[in-house]
Amino acid sequence: MDSPSLLAASLAASIAWLAIGLLGLIPARESALARRVLFPLGALAGLALAAFGAQAAWLPSASLVLPLGLPDLPFHLRLDPLAGFFLLLLGSVSAGVSVYAAGYFRSESAGRLGLICLQYHVFLASMAFVILADDAYLFMVAWETMALSSYFLVTTDHRLPAIRSAGFLYLMIAHLGALAILLAFGVMHGGEGDYSFDALRAANLSPFWATVAFLLAFFGFGAKAGMIPLHAWLPEAHPAAPSPVSALMSGVMIKTAIYGMVRVTYDLIGGVRWEWGMLVLVVGAGTTLFGVLYALVQHDLKRLLAYHSVENIGIILLGLGMSMVFFGFGHPAAGALGLIAALYHTFNHAVFKGLLFLGAGSILHSTGIRDLNAMGGLIRKMPIVAFYFLVGALAISALPPLNGFVSEWLMFQTALQAPLLENGVVRSLIPLFAATLALAGALTAMCFVKVYGIAFLGQPRERHGAPPAAAEHAGTDAGPMERLGLAWLAAGCFVLGLFPASMLLTLNRVGASLTGSGLSDEALESSWLWLVPTEPAKASYSPIIFLLVVVAVVLITIRLVRLVYHGRVRVADPWDCGFPEQTTRMQDTADAFGQAIGRVFGPIYLTKRHLPAAEDAAPKYSLRIEDRHWHWVYLPVARLTEFLSEKVAWLQRGRISTYLLYSFLTLIGLLVFVR
Amino acid sequence: MDQAPGIALQLLQSILVVSAAPLVLGWVNMCRAWLQNRSAPSIRLPYYTLVKLFHKDAVIASTTSPIFRVTPYVLFGCMWLAAGIVPVLATDLPFAPAADIIALVGLFATARVFAALAAMDTGTSFGGLGARREMLVGFLAEPAMLMTLFTAAFISGSTQLTTIVESLAHREFAIYPSLAFAAVAFLMVLLAENARIPVDNPATHLELTMLHEAMILEYSARHLALVEWAAAIKLVVYMTIGFALFAPWGIAEAGDWGAMPLALAALAGKLALAGAGLALIETFLAKMRLFLVSEFLSGAFLLAVLGMLTHFLVRG
Repeated sequence: MDSPSLLAASLAASIAWLAIGLLGLIPARESALARRVLFPLGALAGLALAAFGAQAAWLPSASLVLPLGLPDLPFHLRLDPLAGFFLLLLGSVSAGVSVYAAGYFRSESAGRLGLICLQYHVFLASMAFVILADDAYLFMVAWETMALSSYFLVTTDHRLPAIRSAGFLYLMIAHLGALAILLAFGVMHGGEGDYSFDALRAANLSPFWATVAFLLAFFGFGAKAGMIPLHAWLPEAHPAAPSPVSALMSGVMIKTAIYGMVRVTYDLIGGVRWEWGMLVLVVGAGTTLFGVLYALVQHDLKRLLAYHSVENIGIILLGLGMSMVFFGFGHPAAGALGLIAALYHTFNHAVFKGLLFLGAGSILHSTGIRDLNAMGGLIRKMPIVAFYFLVGALAISALPPLNGFVSEWLMFQTALQAPLLENGVVRSLIPLFAATLALAGALTAMCFVKVYGIAFLGQPRERHGAPPAAAEHAGTDAGPMERLGLAWLAAGCFVLGLFPASMLLTLNRVGASLTGSGLSDEALESSWLWLVPTEPAKASYSPIIFLLVVVAVVLITIRLVRLVYHGRVRVADPWDCGFPEQTTRMQDTADAFGQAIGRVFGPIYLTKRHLPAAEDAAPKYSLRIEDRHWHWVYLPVARLTEFLSEKVAWLQRGRISTYLLYSFLTLIGLLVFVR
Repeated sequence: MDQAPGIALQLLQSILVVSAAPLVLGWVNMCRAWLQNRSAPSIRLPYYTLVKLFHKDAVIASTTSPIFRVTPYVLFGCMWLAAGIVPVLATDLPFAPAADIIALVGLFATARVFAALAAMDTGTSFGGLGARREMLVGFLAEPAMLMTLFTAAFISGSTQLTTIVESLAHREFAIYPSLAFAAVAFLMVLLAENARIPVDNPATHLELTMLHEAMILEYSARHLALVEWAAAIKLVVYMTIGFALFAPWGIAEAGDWGAMPLALAALAGKLALAGAGLALIETFLAKMRLFLVSEFLSGAFLLAVLGMLTHFLVRG
């Protein structure tokens, strides 16, 4: 297909999502219609969108004007390689999540599911329109629709007060961000009154106003992405939503913020400055470390995953920041590599975080618990979910040969281009950000050893004398649709990890269409087997050979040991150290894992610990770890707001004559100004 | 097939490292016994132990999952791959580009994660304790290792170990301050990653002090043999990475088969010296408290970062 018909096809797929959502409102006695028909149809639309996006990444851009919207303000749509890439991400990840959702919502009542189906598909369609939008007007409309539909999805269980307040926090920060984005568009358009992206691109901003626009956009999109200190909504809202929605929000929605950042910075403003890159790097490094350190001390599985989303947004920002620094100093090849690494990680994170949230959903569904301290031994109850979760855990821990490693490897390769830079300070700072990335990677591995070891391995844990929670709920493995969704995303982890060269070429095309520069020819000539960022003598990586060697050695060793010696096995109880009265409560808990980290990184956490005294009749131990940002940023802002509103309330006299006086004074004031 | 000799060499090299690894362990134990005024066991003792373990019936805890049984093989496979990538004898390794230094660190991380998962699989308190401690050591040692390797990568402009060795071996003899920092950091990481004194004591089974041993407590027979063998390979691989970065003399160049005997002799000499040095360190130092380990390793991390910054400041 050529690019105009691809754009029309993508538009059709997005509208199909809207239609599917509306069909969900058809009153039905059973929820079977939505589950058996609508969600799978939504997955098909997602697959189609992914296919269109993948093709569009290789074609010139196409645009379309829709006679909708306000008079004189039609909707502009455009499909270019960047939008194509993000459509590929949205379509392929949402396909897996939709199939999973078809199985997951089996216990919902028909009315509730119809509503969820509407909100869910409107949410998907609005994300597609954010990506396709080619003017600030449609962009903001789609952006706000996305925020609102996801707000309603977050508050699905709105009868719980905790979920209502999580939704409110989310809505507030989302609107704060939207306000900043709106202002950024206002600054960028330069007074012509034309808000199409073409006009914004053409506007010639002075360095000062360009920086103002960048800061507003960075702040606004950062609020949606979950960078510190605007992350506070993320660990509240993501766990509150039903698991497929958490997967979409963490996997795809926060990536639209990355899309916005890339679109505005590289495309609309243009002329990237290295100072912007340094800001992005500093914020990114802070976000990365903060996210992973707080994830390590969580024991609510979905909250922990949400903190890891904060961390991964930080990693993506590190890649973007390095790219901006290299572009700013005039090293386009290294800058393109950084951009590719960031976008690659964006895709990877969407895939494995979607997989992990869906896995957490399966656990929640079958055992009814989210608290890691109450889990244990789930691998025997749900071996299939356990396998897919292991794939996701290894991928997010950046272990070769899965996909998380590829993007981190590309980031390290970008950082190793630092000797190109002329500025001595920046040159020595870039490797420090690489060190942050290395530290975060190792901490993530620790965190997922904790998650997997506590939840799936070992034995079911007793809690406060009660019978083991996991056993009580008699967990069953995921159903066929859920398995299909999990398998789709797990396959994504393998494909993106084992065949990185084709994705690298696609992203190179995306980067070239945005910035006009790509990787060196040597890097592009290498075969599909090898991943080469600059030139073969400098760095290369081949995940296929990597995997084949390890697997071959494993198989040969198993065979040889059997042949030469024997394969006899005896099963016995684990060694009890001569102390037979062991209970399952003596296993490590999630908190025990976090305790060591809490000790090494003590000052970062705000820890409230209550230890029982020796004579307590009913000894109680409690530990609460709070986010310092609440005390640094949010509570002071809240207090200030309250203080100001109290002062403003002084104006409210409740007498009509006073209000008339206000109107009169305002009129006089306006006359003075407008004259 | 002009690559045939290279592939043969690569296979030979990994077989050499894998089969000689227990010998190096035996040599370290022998040196340590001498230094501690004990009569030394035979240098072949690790081989006897391996054979004995392979003959025994494996006992598996009833609480475990397949992860527990697969892990020893995964560890062995990972270490085998590592042994094949590091230029030990010659830089003529056609498969070495499959994994550069970053992938090598990732490979060790994969092995560590599997070992920790297997430890937690038994559901005993020892397993969890060992896994937690091992990951605590790992999350600090891994970035320190990466920064050490980055210093060498910045000097030679490449992350391929073969290219690094070629460029480092041919520079004029001069002491690079950055490499000096990196070498100290690397030594600290080597001690921590291979569970040696002062971070861990390979000869203890005292619960308060165990790290690595606590993780593998449930393993027996062929599984234990493979875990121990993998640990021995890991020690040798770390030593050879150290030689490649800080003492690359004697490693034969691509296609130079005549230099092979010399390379073999150089390797044997370097391994003997390094083993003796390791025994010396283990005799002079005492094991640290667990929470001092994090300070020890953050020291290593800072030294490595300092080394990297020194490279940028003095260009050497």
